[in-house]
Amino acid sequence: MSASGKSGNVIAKYLPVYFVLLAIAAIEFFLAYQNFSKAGLVRILLVLAIGSAALGLMYFMHLAHEKRSLFLSLIPATIFVLLMLNMIWSDSIRLLHMRPFAH
Amino acid sequence: MSESEMAMLGHGGMLMEGSPYSIPSRKLTMWLFIISDAVTFGAILFAYGYLRVATPDWQTPFNSASIINVATMTFVLITSSLTMLGAVDASKDGDKPKALRFLGCTMVLGLIFAGLHIREWFGLFNQGIKLSSGLFGQAFFSITGLHLLHVLIGVVALAVVARKYSSGSLTPGHVETTGLYWHFVDLVWMFVVPLVYLTNIAR
Repeated sequence: MSASGKSGNVIAKYLPVYFVLLAIAAIEFFLAYQNFSKAGLVRILLVLAIGSAALGLMYFMHLAHEKRSLFLSLIPATIFVLLMLNMIWSDSIRLLHMRPFAH
Repeated sequence: MSESEMAMLGHGGMLMEGSPYSIPSRKLTMWLFIISDAVTFGAILFAYGYLRVATPDWQTPFNSASIINVATMTFVLITSSLTMLGAVDASKDGDKPKALRFLGCTMVLGLIFAGLHIREWFGLFNQGIKLSSGLFGQAFFSITGLHLLHVLIGVVALAVVARKYSSGSLTPGHVETTGLYWHFVDLVWMFVVPLVYLTNIAR
């Protein structure tokens, strides 16, 4: 197919997602200067980061437009692996209290 | 012809199953790479979190100038994802000149990002923070260094794809597959910024 009129506004249809991603980033920078506790700030920033990653994954990487089987094969397993990594936190908090061998 | 003969000859069409996901194998391969790389970055960020939580006197070196620099880097990288989408769509529409222009913009934005990144590093060097200067330096430069390496590899990949797409030896499908990688690099940055920079602002 030769150059078509469609390619004149290829970017326009992605602009809403682009601006949402920029807005989320701006909110993250704003929140970082507010008086949250460290743990609270990390939780809020992580939720926003996961939200923006999901938008990027579904719309910029077009996963929303692929067959659902691709999504189901890739994403749940990845989330499961990342969730399993959460087992480290109790040990890092124990180290904070300098009780590396405490039960 | 027997099945084994057909396999020896490079898989006869009759034996080939259709893709279970209705996507080309190169795209599926890129998705599998992205998933494995996501877990790699995930593990590194978890390791960073472990050190961060377990270290009471963690350094918080990022001043306003650093944060403005990081905000600019974020803007540049998200914008480069937009131009990459333009390249993919223009190539699918058969508009090769426009696709190449968008690919060029994406490469330039990637190089700007890398330049700002290196400027950020030199700012930390001037504060005495290096890879060898303790847990913070090791964690920070490992994570951001791995991400910067991905960006630079992405710029080189885009240059190669643009050149070969221009000469006709690569297809819009190759542009799309490279785009997946570029968007993934953008996605990783969305986690690096809050976890590595925004929770370590100098007060």
